[in-house]
Amino acid sequence: MSVYGLTYKGIDQVKGPLVIMRGVPGAAYEEVVRIYSEDGREWFGQVLEAGRDKVVIQVLGDTEGLDSNAMVKFTGSTLKIPVSDEMLGRVFNGAGEPIDGGPKIRADDYRDINGAPINPAKRDYPDEFIETGISAIDGMLSLVRGQKLPIFSESGLPHNEVAAQVARQAVVPGKAERFSIVFAAVGLKYDDVLFFRRQFEEFGALSRSVLFLNLANDPVIERITTPRVALTAAEYLAFDLGMDVLVIITDMTNYCEALRELSSAREEVPSRKGYPGYMYSDLASIYERAGRIIGRSGSITFMPILTMPGGDLTHPIPDLTGYITEGQIFLDLDLHNRGIYPPINVLPSLSRLMKDGIGPGKTREDHKEVSDQLYAAYSQGTKARELVQIVGEAGLSPREKLYLEFARRFEREFVAQGFRERRSIEETLDIAWDILSILPEAELTRISEKTLNKFHPKRRIAAQAEGE
Amino acid sequence: MSELVYEGKGVIVHIKGPVVEAEGMRGAKIREVVYVGEERLIGEIVRIEGDKAIIQVYEPTGGVKAGEPVERTGEPLSAELGPGLLGQVLDGLGRPLEVIAEKAGGPFITRGIKAPTLPRDKKWQWTPLVKPGDDVVAGDVLGTVPEGSVTHKIMLPPTIEKARVIEVLPEGDYTIEEPVVVVEHIGGKEEVKMYHKWPVRTPRPFREKLAPVELLVTGQRVIDTFFPIVKGGTSAVPGGFGTGKTVTLHQISKWADADVVVYVGCGERGNEMTDLLHTFPKLVDPKSGRPLLERSVLIANTSNMPVPAREASIFMGITYAEYYRDMGLHVVLTADSTSRWAEALRELSSRLEEIPSERGYPAYLPDYIASFYERAGRIKVQGRRDELGSVAVIGAVSPSGGDLNEPVTQHTMRYVGAFWALDKDLAFKRHFPSINWLRSFSKYTGGLKEWWIKNTGHDMMAYRDKAMALLQRASSLEEVARVVGEAALSDENRLVLLSAELIKEGFLVQNAYHEVDTYCSPKKQALLLKTLLEFYDRARPMIDAGVPVSRIAEMRSLGLLRRLKFVPEEEFENAVKEAIAQLEAEISSLLAEVR
Repeated sequence: MSVYGLTYKGIDQVKGPLVIMRGVPGAAYEEVVRIYSEDGREWFGQVLEAGRDKVVIQVLGDTEGLDSNAMVKFTGSTLKIPVSDEMLGRVFNGAGEPIDGGPKIRADDYRDINGAPINPAKRDYPDEFIETGISAIDGMLSLVRGQKLPIFSESGLPHNEVAAQVARQAVVPGKAERFSIVFAAVGLKYDDVLFFRRQFEEFGALSRSVLFLNLANDPVIERITTPRVALTAAEYLAFDLGMDVLVIITDMTNYCEALRELSSAREEVPSRKGYPGYMYSDLASIYERAGRIIGRSGSITFMPILTMPGGDLTHPIPDLTGYITEGQIFLDLDLHNRGIYPPINVLPSLSRLMKDGIGPGKTREDHKEVSDQLYAAYSQGTKARELVQIVGEAGLSPREKLYLEFARRFEREFVAQGFRERRSIEETLDIAWDILSILPEAELTRISEKTLNKFHPKRRIAAQAEGE
Repeated sequence: MSELVYEGKGVIVHIKGPVVEAEGMRGAKIREVVYVGEERLIGEIVRIEGDKAIIQVYEPTGGVKAGEPVERTGEPLSAELGPGLLGQVLDGLGRPLEVIAEKAGGPFITRGIKAPTLPRDKKWQWTPLVKPGDDVVAGDVLGTVPEGSVTHKIMLPPTIEKARVIEVLPEGDYTIEEPVVVVEHIGGKEEVKMYHKWPVRTPRPFREKLAPVELLVTGQRVIDTFFPIVKGGTSAVPGGFGTGKTVTLHQISKWADADVVVYVGCGERGNEMTDLLHTFPKLVDPKSGRPLLERSVLIANTSNMPVPAREASIFMGITYAEYYRDMGLHVVLTADSTSRWAEALRELSSRLEEIPSERGYPAYLPDYIASFYERAGRIKVQGRRDELGSVAVIGAVSPSGGDLNEPVTQHTMRYVGAFWALDKDLAFKRHFPSINWLRSFSKYTGGLKEWWIKNTGHDMMAYRDKAMALLQRASSLEEVARVVGEAALSDENRLVLLSAELIKEGFLVQNAYHEVDTYCSPKKQALLLKTLLEFYDRARPMIDAGVPVSRIAEMRSLGLLRRLKFVPEEEFENAVKEAIAQLEAEISSLLAEVR
């Protein structure tokens, strides 16, 4: 970091995480400052408002012990972190400083943690299928390289397991190279962090991972920088070193709460539920850093995890996230309670980039139609299940009973699988056909005649019999 | 001693995000464009207090210091209008993204880049239509140049009321900077180039606004038949995330029978914009046979690009649309999403410390939304020619939490002629487009009866009413079935459900990614709906004859009817005949069985 900088003594006001100074001309907006107290303590902050008469600084970390005699040094630089391939295998805090006891990394470059928007004309369209080995995802919510696909969860659901399973199993078919992992914990409990570390260690990914940790007891304000620092590292690995990076950030809900806290300290006009009106743009500046770039080989595939307060999909955090990300994987408490792992409810889930990542040459020619049919049939099945609550199973028509059975098998055989079970996309689609074949063919309206002929188990048997 | 009134430079005194305060700005005008700081970031003056000006800056302001200069331009935020717009991909300020990439030297958007919208070095094939001595008025065509799939008319700009032509360049290839015509008016001589600038927040003038009467064919069945929009009309598409707003707008931008399409991606996803940039050049306009990109202007201001530019992007887009309208063309503007645009306004209003009204939006939000939708319309163009042009505006609305009672949706509803309410439950079932037929409306259906009869030979609006009645009936029966189970309904009622299901699956559901189904001509729509409605009429007597509805539901011809929509246009009539023949055969055998 630059050694240039003017140092001033005297703070006018300290208000929560905000420090206000007067008579400091020449402070730059978003400039990084260091604050030193007389007893040798040190803080780190950033200019929020730069004025000739008044400067407002946001301090990262706890402001306890800060007094008006502190020295404030303006570094003349915006918040940057050092990047190089030495980051791999290391652990950092939310400000990008190593906390694993190892040395500082030798910087190849310093990068602004806010990054810069990717020019839409220079984005490469994500259309390469990632096989995660999880049927519900591969079959119906296909993830593609460069996509941002969050996990919408609730407290107590196994979102960490799902994310870890994706990290362990994800491959782009036909590519030897495994994903590098950038993991950022935002306001997480230590045992959650330990779970991920153990997982990465177990499947030998630690040496190709970078960890950024802001734990539940770490300064709240650092939660604002943690995702940005992590994505800055990811951008370097992906677009400078050409790696395929999978970024997992958990829990974005803690991030949004920190944002609300800061906004309220700044006395801003709140929007819904006290969250600031700019939360959409703020979240976009994080999520939109995923992607691929024309002429560069790497990619950032982004899987943020958020817990929906009260399981409410319309809460501002999942709501605004859903408007920015390319779909969502929805974990369902009801499925979880019925012992189904992964408890993915496919109906409110979606992958927007699926259409171009699947099909002949990528997965299989029947993939799209099978997926559409599964959605339609499962939706009918859940409708029938609701009906059972009211009229009892005896009140159902034969057709409704069939759909009820379909839904049951779909959940037990297609969605449910082991934490260590890896299914290829062929296996996934074959299971789907197996379940679909309990429905009469006239019900398979989303599947074309041609596809039925080639893939429907009964027709295949018939064709074989004819051949003999 | 004389006082220095305008030196063109001020000094920054305060920076707070995109809002910058500068001193020494006496004489500056509201909405004047300024260059802020050493890096000359683009900004616009939004408030004046004595010699202080409050500026909203269109680029990130990190690193800007108090004491840096502010340079004035004396001009409001304007759009460059002239040949070279079609096929462009621009940011919210009208800068071509390719040029930005070139100047930035990389894939990331850096600050302080200046790039004019129109290429300065490209030559256009000029054909003059006036000669020296001619008297011309604003809007008169001076000459033409071919541009993409349209004939681009070079008109006398609205700023010159009337004048006499004194010089005209002969037919030939010229750049837009060369004065192709010189005119003389009260103010003196003036050079007219192929392009001019127009302030984006000011609507362009026209002679007269007319009632819109002609269907804007989108090729999307549920829209054209059930909730149509007309040329010069307005429509809003509200829906929570995942309900298919963007796909609906993409479909309309691709298939609408307009001469020019302006697509404004306002605060939306980068990858979706890239999808559009990848598919547009490959798609062919069914009318002209040329790439769709040649009739389109794309504005991409994604969610992570600076917020103030998002606010400007919609006005930039509508100004381009009006310009092509003035040539006597039919233009469609699609904006995705107007909510992000309104939110940008909220954000700026909050930074200016204005008093908030509902949900933090400023009190002038309704006027602001109106100022956009009211620029749509079918008009008589300016100048001495009898030409009509139109701008249809279709705006996506992203209601927070999917709640249609939030202010942006509510105020938008007041100003639009058609309203396509997207439904989460339909989307979960993968029923796309997820336009809810009970909650959507179109005020244009009344005037379109004649259009359908004239263009397809079918009284489509009568079919529509019949289908709507069936769907309504089915929906109330479904309510009952939810309580007592479908099995408890009478066979007659179950046939209504079955027939409504056929209309939903066979007509309303349309697959945007299916080669054939992605576009459905009005002719095909009419014949398809007529055929599907016949199913109910033919099956109804069977119930009376005692055929159980479960047997009717098993008929193979039902599957044929459901899949009729996938049959290409040229084979369609035959396929309908076959399906009907099979239906009749199955009906008579079922009837024979019960007898």
